[in-house]
Amino acid sequence: MSTVKLTVNGKAVAVDVEDRTLLVHLLRDHLNLTGTHVGCDTSQCGACVVHVDGKAVKSCTMLAGEAAGTSVTTIEGIAKGDELHPMQAAFRDNHGLQCGYCTPGMIMSAIDIVHRYGGQLDEPTVRQELEGNICRCTGYHNIVKAVLDAAGRMKVSQAAE
Amino acid sequence: MYQTTYHRASSVDEAASLFGKSSEAKFLAGGQTLLPVMKQRLASPSDVIDLGKIRELQGVELSGDTLTIKAATTYHDIMQNADVKKAIPAIVHLTSVLGDPAVRYRGTIGGSIANNDPAADYPAALLALGATVKTNKRSIAADDFFKGLFTTALEDGEIITAISFPVPAKAGYEKMRHPASRFALTGVFVAQTKAGEVRVAATGASQSGVMRVGAIEAALKSNWSPSAIDNVSISANGLLADIHGTAEYRANLVKVLAQRAVAAAG
Repeated sequence: MSTVKLTVNGKAVAVDVEDRTLLVHLLRDHLNLTGTHVGCDTSQCGACVVHVDGKAVKSCTMLAGEAAGTSVTTIEGIAKGDELHPMQAAFRDNHGLQCGYCTPGMIMSAIDIVHRYGGQLDEPTVRQELEGNICRCTGYHNIVKAVLDAAGRMKVSQAAE
Repeated sequence: MYQTTYHRASSVDEAASLFGKSSEAKFLAGGQTLLPVMKQRLASPSDVIDLGKIRELQGVELSGDTLTIKAATTYHDIMQNADVKKAIPAIVHLTSVLGDPAVRYRGTIGGSIANNDPAADYPAALLALGATVKTNKRSIAADDFFKGLFTTALEDGEIITAISFPVPAKAGYEKMRHPASRFALTGVFVAQTKAGEVRVAATGASQSGVMRVGAIEAALKSNWSPSAIDNVSISANGLLADIHGTAEYRANLVKVLAQRAVAAAG
């Protein structure tokens, strides 16, 4: 057992976990942040994507110990109170989900994509960049539409800040 | 995953010393292969020694005609690095078609070559560019480093610290990506050194892991152009065969991808 200290959604936490614990299990089983999903458990589907120090990574492929000292943001940490993050709002408005299982990972990856491209995105780029996130409903069309919509909204909201 | 003990090393010396004190330790860099393998219980190290936060293993240096990438530099950081883009853009391209964005944030060049998966991309780059692998004990030429499937010249507890690439005159990499795993069904890296030597390496093709392709090297040596390879025939003997492609299919891929790589290299 080790005590892993990290920041999750802006709050400092210290969690006692076995050394073999994966970050996704620290989040789900120890902090009850069950918005982050385990889809494949083989690093392929991306349902478990969270931001670690601002980078979208697969939390099923990182030990909790590796995350010690980092700042982790999960799907629960991106809205401002009742106001959805522009990416969440765009997914809702564009019906960017069917069963919703992949959605938390899609949204966390998509925010990272918009950050990396500074909002300069087109459809082929979004499709290529989302290759690490699998939607088994195969509802990609509206997901891509939502990401492109959000890229515009995030640019506007950044400009307003 | 079986029980293990996690250690975070702050220096290469500390990592080596932790390894010496453990019964069956494994080094962890980005963890994008080791952790999935541990989850499948195909590996059960008593101790996991994290190299990912060691400062001396991070970064890129370009000095004259040598590009040095430190072993724990992530794929993402390699792709973004101005010196890599300037000196060997083929490495940036190879990295951009490897894994997916989330994997590229964590995976490292040192981890890839230490694992030496027969379908990994980086071994082809090292072999074709005639790179040198630096460890905490010695320097190993790429020609002597890769020893077959998941096997390298590394000794127990030896740690890769950096990879040095001579900057080539021309280089290109093309691969047929497996659509699910994104590993190379086959990938070919072609390089022409500044001295005019031609080196070609194929990954995902041979049953013994990454290999040089002498017939294509000879053809390109006399004429550096895709058409120079038109009449080269690659034997299917000793090539991998599985549900994704026969040995003959892979033999043809070696040729076609070499042509595309030469076209990309210009």
